[in-house]
This record gives sequence, C-alpha cells and structure tokens, in this order.
Amino acid sequence: MNLTPGTRVRIRAWSPPGHIRTPNYLRGRTGIIERALGPFENPEQRAYALPAPKRELYRVRFSMAEIWGSDAERPEDTLDAEVYAHWLEEA
Amino acid sequence: MPHDHHDHLSPSGHPYRQDNDGPLSYWQTMEIAVRELMIEKGEVSAAEVSAQIDAMDARTPANGARVVARAWSDPEFKARLLANGSDAAREMGFDIGPMHLVAVENTEDTHNLIVCTLCSCYPRNLLGLPPDWYKTREYRSRAVKEPRKVLSEFGLDLPENTTLRVHDSTADMRYIVLPARPKGTDSMDSDALAALVTRDSMIGVGLPKSPA
Repeated sequence: MNLTPGTRVRIRAWSPPGHIRTPNYLRGRTGIIERALGPFENPEQRAYALPAPKRELYRVRFSMAEIWGSDAERPEDTLDAEVYAHWLEEA
Repeated sequence: MPHDHHDHLSPSGHPYRQDNDGPLSYWQTMEIAVRELMIEKGEVSAAEVSAQIDAMDARTPANGARVVARAWSDPEFKARLLANGSDAAREMGFDIGPMHLVAVENTEDTHNLIVCTLCSCYPRNLLGLPPDWYKTREYRSRAVKEPRKVLSEFGLDLPENTTLRVHDSTADMRYIVLPARPKGTDSMDSDALAALVTRDSMIGVGLPKSPA
C-alpha cells in the first residue's frame, strides 16, 4: 500500500491485545493522509523483542467532528496521528 | 527548634518531603539488576551510565529556542526545518541521536498543540525531559478531547477563527511547534529572539514572550 497525501482512509476497528500504537479513540474513524513518513519497524513486535517487519507509517488527519461528533469544541479543528499501514483501509 | 519536624513545615514554611524509605518497586529492582549485570559483564561502565544521564540533563528547551530563533530569521533554514526537523537540528550542531523530528508551524490563522496520549513521547533529545504535567492522564486525555479548554487554562484563549491542529505523537515521530514570530522583533538578533521562546510555546500550550 502506497498512500499519497489527501487519500481518504479509515482506521481499522480492531481490538487486538498487546502493545498497540493506534489509539482507541481513532479506531473506525475516517481521515486523510497528511504525509507519508516512510517504513518503520512494527512496534507491535518490536515491543516484545520479536523480529519486527517494517511497515509504512503515515500521518493521518481527522476533523474533531469526525472523532467527537457533536461533542467537538470546534468541528473544523483537526487531530493528526501516526498510524501504520496495516491499520488503514481506503475509504 | 532545629530538627523538630512535628509540624511538618521547614523554616521556610514549606512541608518537608517524605524520605523515600519504602521498598523498591518491581521495575526499580529490575533496573538496578540489569545495570549491575551489564557493568559486571563489561558491557557498560558506571561512568558511561552517569555520562549518559549527564548528557540528557544537559539538554534544555534553550536548544529548541535556538532552532526557532534561527527559523524566524533565516527563511531557507525555516524551509529545511519544516521539510525535515531532524536534519535541521543536526545542521545546527545538536546531537539528537536517531530522533525523527517534525516541526509544525503556527501562522496567523493556525495554532498547533503537541500531546502523546499513549505515553509521554516528547522531543527529549532536543528539549530535554518533558514537564510533569505533559505526562499526566489529565493532559493526555483532555488535550485531544477539549484542547481549547486546556489552552485557556494555560492562559491562551484561541480566537474562534483560528484553526487548532492537535498532534498526537503515537509512533516514531517527535514534534516541536514553530511559534509565530512576535511583532516588534524586527531589529532583534538571534540570541535576543531565542530568549523570547519558551518551552510551553514549543509544545503549543503558550506563545513566545513579547519583546520588553
């Protein structure tokens, strides 16, 4: 998967056990790729000193409305987070 | 009378801090065991461990302030900083190790705020250790849910027409805010500019100081 800035993506709504760097509050939410950061060793294995394949890492931008709905302080404000490619699906 | 602690206040009026007489935690014991084993096996020396602690303690927000001041006065450096924060910091001679630094720019209509909701990720290799509040559950949860309220508690009321961009350091990047250059600083040199840059302004919970 090679995602370019502006691509719409949805964060997978998985709930696996272990060391996960995808925050729960973003799972299932849709955002856009802000930039690609390159490949990094997957922390889900690295945290346990297991062989860690490299995964593409992206900065994904969400609107506060997408995350918090009508509870958002100001819907157009944004939140950016780093998410690994295997947590993303095109939306 | 001296050494009479029954009122729990020092002569200066502050409460005495409790002595750390409790047992070591599991992780404290683990750290001591691993460190002693590595020293015994010759992997590292005690002096090297101390030197590493010294090197981290020598890093301060003043390093970041110099980077910001340079970006304010050198447009080409600013472009390089926004394109690759790590390379720009290294170019200024800062030993930031393998850290991946991303600089995000405040403008007239955009303000940036940094948080790590999962733990306490912070650009330590440039700015030194984070403030205690940065690591609290309150800051980490509220900075993404009600960031404007958090900012107002820091004394920063964002105008309604300013876009706020919150950055959650969830993985391998570390973030620094490039604050907007204060007005009335046109004639200032980079040392004077750096003195205006606060730690909080590089996290995004504050603004740089105004020139006196």
